[in-house]
Amino acid sequence: MASHSESIIREPLITGKDITYGQITNDVLRPVENMPGKAWWIGFSVASLGASLWVFAISWTFWFGLGEWGLNKTVGWAWDITGFVWWVGIGHAGTLISAVLLLFRQNWRNSINRSAEAMTIFAVICAATYIAAHMGRPWMAVYSLPLPNQYGSLWVNWNSPLIWDVFAISTYFSVSLVFWYTGLLPDIATIRDRAQGLRRRIYSVLSFGWTGSVKTWQRFETVSLILAGVSTPLVLSVHTIVSMDFATSLEPGWHTTIFPPYFVAGAIFSGFAMVQTLLLIARKVLGLENYITMFHIESMNKIIMLTGSIVGVAYLTELFIAFYSQNEYEQYAFANRIAGPYWWAYWSMMTCNVITPQLFWFKKIRTNIPLSWVLSIVVNIGMWFERFVIIVTSLHRDFIPSSWAMFYPTWVDVSVFIGSIGVFFTMFLLFIRVLPSVAMAEVKLLLKSSSEQAKKKLMDEGHVEPAEAEFYIASLEKFDSVNQSEYLKA
Amino acid sequence: MSSTKYILGVFDDPDEMMHGIDKLQKNSVPIYDVYTPMPIHGIEAKLNIKDSRLGYAAFMFGCLGGTIMFSMVYYMLVHDWPINIGGKNFFAIPDFIPVTFEWTVLWTSFGMTFTFFFASHLFPGRTPRVMDLRATDDKFVIAINAKGNIPHEDITNLLKEAGATEVKHNDRKYVSYE
Repeated sequence: MASHSESIIREPLITGKDITYGQITNDVLRPVENMPGKAWWIGFSVASLGASLWVFAISWTFWFGLGEWGLNKTVGWAWDITGFVWWVGIGHAGTLISAVLLLFRQNWRNSINRSAEAMTIFAVICAATYIAAHMGRPWMAVYSLPLPNQYGSLWVNWNSPLIWDVFAISTYFSVSLVFWYTGLLPDIATIRDRAQGLRRRIYSVLSFGWTGSVKTWQRFETVSLILAGVSTPLVLSVHTIVSMDFATSLEPGWHTTIFPPYFVAGAIFSGFAMVQTLLLIARKVLGLENYITMFHIESMNKIIMLTGSIVGVAYLTELFIAFYSQNEYEQYAFANRIAGPYWWAYWSMMTCNVITPQLFWFKKIRTNIPLSWVLSIVVNIGMWFERFVIIVTSLHRDFIPSSWAMFYPTWVDVSVFIGSIGVFFTMFLLFIRVLPSVAMAEVKLLLKSSSEQAKKKLMDEGHVEPAEAEFYIASLEKFDSVNQSEYLKA
Repeated sequence: MSSTKYILGVFDDPDEMMHGIDKLQKNSVPIYDVYTPMPIHGIEAKLNIKDSRLGYAAFMFGCLGGTIMFSMVYYMLVHDWPINIGGKNFFAIPDFIPVTFEWTVLWTSFGMTFTFFFASHLFPGRTPRVMDLRATDDKFVIAINAKGNIPHEDITNLLKEAGATEVKHNDRKYVSYE
């Protein structure tokens, strides 16, 4: 860890002066060890109201059946699968930040991976509830597993992407959970060793008896690395399989070979947007500005811009292929998207997903916190519209005009969706109260190499060329918690 | 006779702790274990700790998971209940790949992680055997078995010279929870 020093011209990953290992623990555990503030209570009250709405609306659905949703014989999938794909997509950033960035040795992930992984778990739970609910008879969900049943040896159809989906999502959830929890063990042990009474007992059970001995750390790192290695293709496979739910059909607008990469890019796009939405608030409310810095925000905005551009190219490719295929049904499906009755959804999608992320090319915008937050929400809205466009506009007019229909959501559709957002935020707010939202052990690893004070020490000791030091001091302007005048004195 | 079981050198800085390890080794003082709040890279080589073999466990579990799923799908869809879909082949290997892949990953992850828990004696509710409560927070602790070692004062001096902020003579093996 301390065996190397990072280049001075790289932005520090921990800002703030005189930060010690102990202070990192204090800062990160402040919301866990103290009573929550007013902001948390307000957020929690609103989120729980949303969650209650979800409980009511989903109970209503189960009691009265799927007829309570706005579905009809033509549009048999609508807000349910839109919500499912949207939530699964949001769930992707967590594993991506944890696994892919770990493999690429991107140390900036260390401050944000924990919240992102938690977000993954909660988003996949929300997605799974949609899947169970849209079956209409959720108690039959067990038949999606290959279990011997009363009909004799009637097995699930392994040729079906829908069954691949069951396995992909459940594997993704389980592996993400294991990855997240294993990573939490050292930090839970930290809470345990600082706590008293009942809290100590609870965290003691949860910490699995972690001591932090050298051999355990060595194994821990091996496990993290291999889990990252197997999770990376898993991220790609999950959304590829979700896309195959559509792509293997013959429905115009769905039967598209670009779906797998396009869905994966879209998932990362929406996932990072949600991480941004959550963390921009969390860093302020929890006082974590020294650990989630402008560099982190800017890096995430760059990824949003990249994946947004990939998604934009995918939209254009779809249009071109529809034109080039000379298939009239395919051509009509896309003409209908652009100028049909759901034109507003298509153009909302285009505006939110293709045009707005391009604003991040401007440094002033991608380093502006309020704007980044607004744009992250715009991306989330756009990605919801993307799924809506794919699902509803393709289904509502297909081969036979006599069966064409429109989809109108009912209050139950709307409540289930808004409620699922409430469930998600309730779980996230509870998470930041009981578990550390920043991976302390991993952040401590950066203190001696990539922190502001480590770099300042290098400068003070004269290990840095004057030109490099000047460049570094000039670049510090970017970090909202760094005061340049401190350096000018040095 | 002294009742000290373990001598602990408590350091504020990982570099000084590494220096302490060097000093102890130079003076042939065997180190029982080292406890840190974060992984310290390069320490394994210093303490002669062998590479972890969890990678092999991961590979074996992955092979097992993949084989089980592929065999299961083969048995169900080719042998037990073949489904005629437009006269296509029952043994449709490309269709078997997604679920086989998923189970390979699932078994790799779970098998390896549970092996890690088993090997490191980690399980829910296990009494944490911590020698110093601050070792999971901000202190770096070298533990030395006091029995049969050179005079305790010498060890204390060595640790202090290396930069230990505190040297503790524990007469209990573990300080916490027991």
